[in-house]
Amino acid sequence: MTSSAMPTPDAAVTSGASASWPEVNLHVVSGKGGTGKTTVAAALALELARHGRRTLLVEVEGRQGIAQLFDTPPLPYEERKVAVAPGGGEVYALAIDAQDALLDYLESFYNLRRAGSALRRMGAVDFVTTIAPGLRDVLLTGKAIEVVRRKEKHASDAYDAVILDAPPTGRITKFLNVNSEMSGLAKAGPIHKHADLVMSVIASPQTAVHIVTLLEEMPVQETIDGIADLRDNSLPVGGVIVNMTRPPVLTDRELAMAAKGTLPPAAIRSSLERAGLAAHENEILPALMREASDHSQRVALERREMTRIEELGLPTAVLPLLADGVDLGGLYELAELLGEAGLR
Amino acid sequence: MKPSTFAKAPSLEIDDILGNLDLHIIVCTGAGGVGKTTTAAALGLRAAEMGRDVCVLTIDPAKRLAQAMGLSSLDNTPRQVPGVCAPDGSGSLFAMMLDMKRTFDEVVEGHADPERAQQILNNPFYQTLSSSFAGTQEYMAMEKLGQLRVRAMDEGTWDLIVVDTPPSRSALDFLDAPARLGSFLDGRFIRILTAPARGAGKGLGRLAAMGFGLFTNVLSKILGAQVLTDVGTFVAAIDTTFGGFRERADETYALLKDSGTLFVVVAAPERDALREAAYFVERLRTDGMPLAGLVLNRVQAVDDPDLTSEQAAAGAQTLTELAGDGSDAAAKEARLTAALLTLHAQRMSLAARQKHLADRFTAAHPGVPVSAVPALAEDVHDLEGLRTVGTLLAGSL
Repeated sequence: MTSSAMPTPDAAVTSGASASWPEVNLHVVSGKGGTGKTTVAAALALELARHGRRTLLVEVEGRQGIAQLFDTPPLPYEERKVAVAPGGGEVYALAIDAQDALLDYLESFYNLRRAGSALRRMGAVDFVTTIAPGLRDVLLTGKAIEVVRRKEKHASDAYDAVILDAPPTGRITKFLNVNSEMSGLAKAGPIHKHADLVMSVIASPQTAVHIVTLLEEMPVQETIDGIADLRDNSLPVGGVIVNMTRPPVLTDRELAMAAKGTLPPAAIRSSLERAGLAAHENEILPALMREASDHSQRVALERREMTRIEELGLPTAVLPLLADGVDLGGLYELAELLGEAGLR
Repeated sequence: MKPSTFAKAPSLEIDDILGNLDLHIIVCTGAGGVGKTTTAAALGLRAAEMGRDVCVLTIDPAKRLAQAMGLSSLDNTPRQVPGVCAPDGSGSLFAMMLDMKRTFDEVVEGHADPERAQQILNNPFYQTLSSSFAGTQEYMAMEKLGQLRVRAMDEGTWDLIVVDTPPSRSALDFLDAPARLGSFLDGRFIRILTAPARGAGKGLGRLAAMGFGLFTNVLSKILGAQVLTDVGTFVAAIDTTFGGFRERADETYALLKDSGTLFVVVAAPERDALREAAYFVERLRTDGMPLAGLVLNRVQAVDDPDLTSEQAAAGAQTLTELAGDGSDAAAKEARLTAALLTLHAQRMSLAARQKHLADRFTAAHPGVPVSAVPALAEDVHDLEGLRTVGTLLAGSL
C-alpha cells in the first residue's frame, strides 16, 4: 500500500474528514440481510480507489451481486475491472467460488491441480465446499487474504485495499473466526499453518469490519449484538453505515403536531386549492394527515434507533435511500458520502 | 386496509389454508431479513385462535419476537404460549426455538448405547460438525420437524406445525442441505475416507484403490492426519449404531411432499428478495412440493391512489414557489402543505416501484397467490402485534 508509506496519508489526496482507518487494507462489510451491504461495499471500493488507487471488491456468497450492481456479465473466478473511480482509480471485482478456491489452493500450495479433478469425481470437492461450510469458509477467507497479501514485482501491494462483501451479521464472527477454529481442529499440518496465517491478517489492525444497518429495530439490534460478538472474539471492529435513510420532510414542530393530529386542516385545505389540487381535496386531506402521522411515528422510531447507534461510539456514516434505486451514478454519490464521513 | 396494488396476482386466502384440517405442516421460507419468523409466528397464532392446536418451530427469532411468544430461553422443547385459544376455548399455541447442537446430540443419544453415545459426543469432528458447520442447522430443523410430527400423531398434541427455516445464504439450502449432509454421512465418500479405520480398502478395485491412495494422501496433506482420524472414528461410531442418515433425511423430505404440507414463500418487495422467492417457487414446482403462495411483507400502503406521485410533486413545487422566502402565515402553510405533498409523492413512487417488482414476479409465476402485508411502523414485540400481522395476512383488516 503506497499511502501508508507516505508522510501525509489520505488526508492529502481525498476530501472531507480524515480517514478513520489509514492503515487498513482489508475492509470487511457485513450487515443483516436486506440492509444493502453489497451496495455499501461497492461504494466503499469506489471511494477507496479515488485518485489513481486500485481496489478489489470481493464477494463470497455466489450471488453475483456485484455483477448485477455494476451491470456486467456474471463474474468468473478471476479479477476483472468493473469501474473507474473519480481521479482515475480502478475498481476490480472478484467472485470467490469455493470449488475454484480449493483447486487454486491445491495447485498453488501442492502443485496438485490434477489430483483436484480426481477429487472432484470422488465427491471430495463437494464435501469440502458444500457439506462442510466450515471448510468452505476457510477457503473463501483464505483466498481473500491471498489477494490482500499479494505483492507486485516491485514489492508494493497489488491492491491498495480489498473490500469484502461478507456474509450477514449473524454469521460474520463465525465466518471470520473459522480459521482459528480450523487451526484448533487440525492441530498441525499445512492447513493449521495456513489458518494461523489468515487469522494473523483478519485479527490485525490492517482489517476493519464494518456493519451496515437500517434505522429499524431488528437490524440495529443485530448490529449491536454483532459488534459485541466481534469484540468478544478480538476481531477488529470498524464503523457503522446507516443505509437507506430518508430525511424527515417535516420540521420538528410539524412532526409533533402530526403525531398529535393537530395539523391545521383549514390551512392545508386552502394551500391545496392554491396548488390547483382543489378537485379532490376531500380525499386528499385525510390521506395527507394519515401519512403525516405515519411519518412522524417512523421518524420517532428512526431517531430512537439512531441514538442506539450513536451510543456505540463508532465512526458512523449515514447514507440516503436512492429514490431511483441503485445505479452506477448512485454508487458514486454514496461513495462520496462515505468519504465525507471519514469512512475509508 | 389491504393494499390494492397487487391485483394482478390471485389472492392468498390465509384463513382457508389455516382452516383446512387436512393440513398439518406449513413451512415458511425465503431470503434473510424478510420477516419469515414473524410470518410463521403470526400464522401459528391465527390458526390457534381459529381453534387449532399449533406448534411453531422457530430457528433464530429476534429477542423481542421470542419474548412475544413467551420464549425466554432456548431449550429445544415446545412451550405453551399462555392465554392463546379460540373464543370457544379450543385451540392452543406452543412455540420453541431450535437448538441445533442439542437436537443433534439427542439424535445420537437416542440411537446409541450410552457408552458409544458419549464416545461420539466427545469426538472433535462431531463437535465441529454439530455446532458450526452450516447445513447442520437445516438438517436439524428437518429432524426436529420430523420429531414434532411423530409426537403430534402419536400423542395428538398438535394438528398443525408451522416451521420457520434457517437464515441460509439461499432459501434453497433448507431443501438441499439435509440431503447433502445425509448423503455425505451415509455415502461413498465417507466410506472411502474411513476405510483405514475399518481396515477396508480392499474390494474397492485396483483403480479405485490407486485413486484412494492419492486421495487420502492429499487429504491428510491438507487437513492434517489428526482430522482424518477424527472423521474416521466418528463415522465408525455412528455407522455401527445407526446407519441410514440419508434415510432419515429422505423420510423428512418425503414429509414435505406430503399432501398435508404447504410451503409459504416469504419476501419483501425488493429485487433480491423476490429473486430468491422466484428460485424457491421454481424449485418447489420441480420437486413436486405444494406451494400455498407468496407472502409479501413491508408493502408500502397507499392512502389515496387518485393523487398521483407526479401531481403531488407538481403541487408541492407550486406551493414552494408561492411561499418563496416569505415568513407570513400563508407562506408557512404553503410550505407545510408542500412538505405533506412531497411525503405523499415519495410514498406513491415507492409503492409504484414495489408494484412493478411484484408484477414482474407475477408475470413470471402467474398462478402464485399473493398476500401483501403493509409495512408496520414498529417491529412486532407482543401477541397483539402478531395478531395484527395475522389479520393483515388474512387480508381482513
